[in-house]
Amino acid sequence: MRMVDFFDSKMIIVHVGEKTKEKKDTIKKLISGFSEDDEKVKIIWKQGDPVEVIIKTAKKNNADLIMLGAIPRENFLKFYIGSIARKITRSAHCSVLLLIKPSEDLRPCNHIVVNGLKDEKTKQTILDSFEVGQNLGAQKLTIVEEISRQEVKVVVEDDQSLLKDTLIKEQLAKEEDLRVQHILGDVPEDLKKGILIKSQSIFGKRGYSIGHYAKVVAADLLIMNAPPRTTFLDRIFPHDLEHILSELPTDVLIMR
Amino acid sequence: MENKKSNASYFIAQLPKNIFSGFVVSLIALPLGLGLALASEAPPISGVIASIAGGIVVSIFGGSKITVTGPGNGLVVVLLGAITTLANGDLYQGYIFTLAAIICSGALMILIGQLRLGILSDFFPSSAIQGMLAAIGISIFAKQVHVMLANTRIKGDTISLLKDIPDTVLLLFKPEYSAAIVAAIVGILSLLIMFFYGKIRNKYFQLVPAPMWIVLLAIGLSYYYEFFSTEQYPIGKDLLVQIPDNVFLSFPRPDFSLVFDAKFIGAVIAITLISSIESLLSIKAVDKLDPLKRRSNVNKDLTALGIASIVSGFLGGLNVVTVIARSSVNVNNGGSNRSSNFFHSVFLILFVVLFQDQLKRIPLTALAAILVYTGYKLAAPRNLKDVAKIGKEQLIIFSATIIATITTNLITGILIGILTAIIIHFILNKSMMFFVRSLFKPNVLMFKEGGNGTYFISVKNFSSFLNFSKLKKRLDTIPENQDAVIDFSLCDFVDYTVQESLLGYQETFTRKGGSFEITGLDIHGASSEHPLAIRSLIPFSRKIKLGSKTGLTKRQQDLKGIANDFARNYNPKKDTDISGLNDFVFFKIKKITYLSNSIFDPKAVFKISDVEFSEGEFIARTLVRTTVLTIKLKSDVPKFTLDREGLLEFVYKFSGFKDITVEDHPDFSKRFFLLGEYPEKIKSFFTDELVLFFESNPYYHIESNGHSLLLMRRERLASIKEIKALLDFGTRLEKVISDIQYDEILLKSPKIKT
Repeated sequence: MRMVDFFDSKMIIVHVGEKTKEKKDTIKKLISGFSEDDEKVKIIWKQGDPVEVIIKTAKKNNADLIMLGAIPRENFLKFYIGSIARKITRSAHCSVLLLIKPSEDLRPCNHIVVNGLKDEKTKQTILDSFEVGQNLGAQKLTIVEEISRQEVKVVVEDDQSLLKDTLIKEQLAKEEDLRVQHILGDVPEDLKKGILIKSQSIFGKRGYSIGHYAKVVAADLLIMNAPPRTTFLDRIFPHDLEHILSELPTDVLIMR
Repeated sequence: MENKKSNASYFIAQLPKNIFSGFVVSLIALPLGLGLALASEAPPISGVIASIAGGIVVSIFGGSKITVTGPGNGLVVVLLGAITTLANGDLYQGYIFTLAAIICSGALMILIGQLRLGILSDFFPSSAIQGMLAAIGISIFAKQVHVMLANTRIKGDTISLLKDIPDTVLLLFKPEYSAAIVAAIVGILSLLIMFFYGKIRNKYFQLVPAPMWIVLLAIGLSYYYEFFSTEQYPIGKDLLVQIPDNVFLSFPRPDFSLVFDAKFIGAVIAITLISSIESLLSIKAVDKLDPLKRRSNVNKDLTALGIASIVSGFLGGLNVVTVIARSSVNVNNGGSNRSSNFFHSVFLILFVVLFQDQLKRIPLTALAAILVYTGYKLAAPRNLKDVAKIGKEQLIIFSATIIATITTNLITGILIGILTAIIIHFILNKSMMFFVRSLFKPNVLMFKEGGNGTYFISVKNFSSFLNFSKLKKRLDTIPENQDAVIDFSLCDFVDYTVQESLLGYQETFTRKGGSFEITGLDIHGASSEHPLAIRSLIPFSRKIKLGSKTGLTKRQQDLKGIANDFARNYNPKKDTDISGLNDFVFFKIKKITYLSNSIFDPKAVFKISDVEFSEGEFIARTLVRTTVLTIKLKSDVPKFTLDREGLLEFVYKFSGFKDITVEDHPDFSKRFFLLGEYPEKIKSFFTDELVLFFESNPYYHIESNGHSLLLMRRERLASIKEIKALLDFGTRLEKVISDIQYDEILLKSPKIKT
């Protein structure tokens, strides 16, 4: 709800299930604390498969963002079948925000971690992140470049290969940094104002380590590129986003 | 070109040292080679052949610098099993089959080396490996005690051999065995030499290694009987080493007819497994001795050992492994590159060619005594005690492995050891799913921190021998002269194998001028008071509660050391009294859970402690742990916050305040953010001396609440090195500040007072 005020936008609450007086009252009560303006909020009551309903509604209303509450760690079975949140994440047409432990109090969103993968979508994601950051009043934005072992291509066995490995890593980190700086150059100045920008190269499995990093630095929001469509095979051999989805380190925003 | 030339001249300059150390090593390698071959029921010379082949081949193709290669202790049990069972008791035929098995296992080793599977040994829990080595020691001991007492005909498994020891002793006193009694005395004397050799501190005596003394004395004895005594040499031919007259002309032909036999394949696998483990362990241990601190290429070494085993097998020798005892002798005598290994082989060839006749005079009992000592060393009760200290669960793994290895065979033994370890980990964590779920997921994050370039590694979920290789791969890519911090605070369970290996890394880093710190383990519960005990966030039992009564971790012990060095007090316990910290703006909107690991001086002016806090109440955020230093000041100072320009994470709480510019110090103002409620007061407080101090020292986040200071570096636990730096910085800062007569300044400028 707070998000509506931050972005000055409309909200549609989708409730999948039976419409009862009790539930209606609860939601009304929840909303009442924020905006007086009834125009901004619309509640839709529908029945059926939650995933389908939510996605369809979002499409129909041309929504820009789907917000979902999610559990931080999924269990073994859910990992392979996929919870509602994950299914929506995979098939939604717009950006998805996954919230873990949503809180009623105002919580400052101070530190945002953004992925800086070598991907065509990354530039847009970074640009959008600055907009989000400005709207949420973030203080710090870290762009993380993940460098996987495959890129380094050296197996460390002795001192020589170690030296080679270190040099290559440094070079890769520099290259990545340059790339990110290049993107940053395109970000309008007024969006950058008041935000401390940092970039950090990390070494680790792609898609996994950024989640771990977000947890270590206690980031408030993690912004990721949307992945290409995934199949069941991807869940057996998890990659990129799947690691983050299965172990949400913090609130995650997936940009599309 | 220049470089190559200087390398060559350096190599030549080092040559005499290496030739000498190669000579000393060969003095040990000769009796050991003979003895190990005898213990395996192979012809004695086969052990020497293995040493020769190993030394020449590995010194050419190997990847490590100062290791010595040859027949290994661990292999005795496997080879003995193969030789005695492959041909159903026909020893010579069994030996021929075993040679084929050695060649096959050599090929397998090359494969392992080429596929870079040298990390395989990381998957074994260290207690199981220790148990296996102890079991090998017991087996060698059980068999060789009989041989040492001149009873060569005895057969049976390890347990019955141990039971028979009293019988063999009694046998000596029977009149029909009187001939053997001299041989037995030689054996016992040899054993005494082995035991007391280390205790005699004489430069000339120590010049010749103990095994060689035994050989020399035994040969001397036989010459005494030949030249000076009228009596016959009292030790019979069956108790002397037998060496064929033409060693280098007739090699036995390996028999490959059993290649597809299950027993044969089992032998090949056992030989490969044990020789890889023994070699890898030795290489790891020897790398720590290297005065030039080089890192061995393990995979290259395994390949070279494989080639050497094949060569040795075709020449009728045992298989070749890297051996720790001979390698350390090599280091002690100045061996600095692979040429010493090469020369050790050359000297062995000379010995065999020149002293063939003398070698035949060595009694078996003397060689057996050397092996009894080796076996005892491997299985010494002290090892058991050490393991037990780490925790009961390690003792269970250790004993399970020993019992299984002795009663069945090595492979079953080690498998049972691994299984026991896994089951114990399941029980300790009261959950199996936890392991299953996170086993194949990545759990390690590594990045280089900005600013000072420290490598930071964070481990999640659990860390045990099952997934240590993932962590190890990362650790191996850090240059050892750098600083690294490894954080386990997100990790629920850390086992002994991992901690032991990390300790090894710590040593290497310290030796090479870097630092390697382990943090985040202090909050875990431990299974015993040993610093390396298993640590888990899940309490073990009702008796051991989290955080209480458990032993100190390595970091805590180091902290205690620092506290002692600086005459400070140390309190590792959790302290919920946080009144001193709440005044600081930094902690105003943060909930501090507890303080721990505090170092403070008797007057409690300086206090360093780890603080765990969460950002705001009700919101279950990730807990953050950090290390802070608080200094109580003698006089009051204005409230302020000083930070590095741009480091906004600390500053955002002050959004209402503006950066205060200190006049006459534009550079200082540019580099630092100075914030506070009363700019005038603060400006006058920041005198020239103070500004100069901040400018010329490393950055810290510094905050004042009026009567004390808070110093911190970043939002994570500090390593020992960082704590020392922090303490030093704090002490000097306190001095500078106490020199400033702030009260006087206030009096002098009444303008500010208002």
